[in-house]
Amino acid sequence: MAVQIPFATISKVHQTTVVEDIFFTGLLQQCQVNQSESQWLKDIRQESKSWLSRLSVPTRKDEDWRFIDLSSLTEEKFVAAQNVKATDDLSLSETKHSRLIFVNGLYNAELSDISRLPSGVYVGNLDNLPKEFDAAKYFAQQHGQQDAFTALNTAGGRDVAVVWVTKNIVIETPIHLIFIADGESEASFIQPRTLVVGETGSSLSLVEEYVGKGKYFTNAVTEVLVKNNARVNHTRIQQESEASYHIGKTAISQERDSHYTISEINLGAKLFRHNPEVWQRGEQTETNLNGLTVATGEQTSDTHSIIALTKPYGTTDQLHKCIVSDRAHTVFNGKVFVPKEAQLTDATQLNRNLLLSSKARVDTKPELQITADNVKCAHGATVSQLEPEEIFYLRSRGLSEADANQLLIDAFAAEIIERIPLKSLRTRITQTIEQKVKH
Amino acid sequence: MSQTILSVRNLTANVENTPILKGVNLEIKAGEIHAIMGRNGSGKSTLAKIIAGHPDYEVTGGEIIYQGQNIIEQEPNQRANDGIFLAFQYPMAIPGVSNLDFMRVAYNAKLKHQGLEAIDTFDFEDLIEEKLEVVKMKSSFLERSLNEGFSGGEKKRNEILQMALLDPTLSILDEIDSGLDIDALRIVSDGVNQLKTPEKAYLLITHYQRLLDYIEPDFVHVMQDGKIITSGGKELALELESRGYDFLDDKSAAGVGR
Repeated sequence: MAVQIPFATISKVHQTTVVEDIFFTGLLQQCQVNQSESQWLKDIRQESKSWLSRLSVPTRKDEDWRFIDLSSLTEEKFVAAQNVKATDDLSLSETKHSRLIFVNGLYNAELSDISRLPSGVYVGNLDNLPKEFDAAKYFAQQHGQQDAFTALNTAGGRDVAVVWVTKNIVIETPIHLIFIADGESEASFIQPRTLVVGETGSSLSLVEEYVGKGKYFTNAVTEVLVKNNARVNHTRIQQESEASYHIGKTAISQERDSHYTISEINLGAKLFRHNPEVWQRGEQTETNLNGLTVATGEQTSDTHSIIALTKPYGTTDQLHKCIVSDRAHTVFNGKVFVPKEAQLTDATQLNRNLLLSSKARVDTKPELQITADNVKCAHGATVSQLEPEEIFYLRSRGLSEADANQLLIDAFAAEIIERIPLKSLRTRITQTIEQKVKH
Repeated sequence: MSQTILSVRNLTANVENTPILKGVNLEIKAGEIHAIMGRNGSGKSTLAKIIAGHPDYEVTGGEIIYQGQNIIEQEPNQRANDGIFLAFQYPMAIPGVSNLDFMRVAYNAKLKHQGLEAIDTFDFEDLIEEKLEVVKMKSSFLERSLNEGFSGGEKKRNEILQMALLDPTLSILDEIDSGLDIDALRIVSDGVNQLKTPEKAYLLITHYQRLLDYIEPDFVHVMQDGKIITSGGKELALELESRGYDFLDDKSAAGVGR
């Protein structure tokens, strides 16, 4: 019998009635159809469109959206983003020749450089994917396709970034996907889409990064398939502009003996929501979720994760940390499902929050749902402030109050940053966070 | 005559509106080692923290003159950069900050205060390597998070290492001996003795006479109920050791002291 996991809790589905939500319809109408697309893709887009017609924008009445308010997003008028010129200043020394750049959701061959990739690896967009790679088998096939924002992406998306590592290929060079948004001239609607396939026995490291300027709405979906005994180390950096909205889904499907690690760093956007959803589909899979959110000013930053263990001997370890200052608001909701098919599994989940202001707000909800009886599970959440005794200790060694605070904040963040596999990125993120909390 | 490093005059202080120091007088000259002994709660650790500038205590009267300046209004970091060092009774453990980085930041804060350029990372590593020998620590200590998972003895040695690095004029060692086994006590005391010079001064806060067998004080003071009730040479410590603190109750009642 199939394991029942309530994945479709993300948005309200109006099963029978067509609601034609004004916000979704308005956005979708602007999305241009790419006539040269394969028939299977057109079919999937059509199917998603029909799902979307029965979905409405989630509100605070929906359990999974009760901590944040999307009305500022839906009141905004966005237009489908145009292909614009862009520059890239995010080059990392480790990924100079293994980076793929998308501007306003469209592949930019000029800025991309994939000249140093070994054979057996495809990094590019879906249009150029060689025939031997069967994208139809994986694209939009995971759980949660009927979530409103995911369906919106599938229905109206125009380009797809593809990272495909074939059987037993171990690629040491990290692959860098950069999604640049430009909403300077008009409030833009951008739908990045990524498909990552790590075939049996393969290994890859991926950095997925979102940046931009001006006002825009990024609705991103990334699907990751980790086949038998494969390894994927995924870093997701969200550094969108301060006027932007970003809603993202990362859907991960793991087969037996596979390892998947994600380190998500969330720094930007006015309103941010990320749904990492992991589905362990084989025995002895290992999943690590690391998260760091830094929210300042009036930012709202929400991570809602789902991890479903469905087979024996799986492990999952999640540590999500938030630094919240000013009037910012962070949310962490982490669901871990351990059904009775998932015996002898080990699940830990911890959310730690550092509050830097009395006006800042944290909502945290770690959730374990266990029906298996022979498992090891632990979860928890903490909310703390900077410790005055620690600050005094540092000041008694000559550090100014500001430097002492900074050192303690850096230390809190370092536990996650250290897990990013690229040194140059660790340095950059550390510096960015220092600037961000200093102001 | 040697220069006065610290002069505490009629110092009174409150914590949460409760008087905790009730008129402390203390004068320390360059080259001297002073020890303050007393029961728990007598105010001796409070005095140490107030000299270092702990924000939880409110000075309600009196003066703390350090090298000719009243420092009561000064920030703790300014006092530190001017050469006051407090070795903590319970050093803070800070996960995520490497011991090495912490020491470099502290050292650079002092250089900056002196109007000097920050030290190069490699030069700093050479410098700290040299200081490690003072407390017989291995360089692997530097890679660990500040005091995290350190044993009691390791934490205290780490305090002395910081003292060796920052080269303070006035070092206040708050119960540097508490919880140490004899080997650790010897290493810590040796460290302090190596760093001693005629220009510097030390204030040892301790509960136990044993420390004073290893670091020989010039003066011993006894604190009780927020005041120094009696002062003397190192023989006072021995007297306390043999007769216990109870004999002080009579002195206190009789109003002996300064």
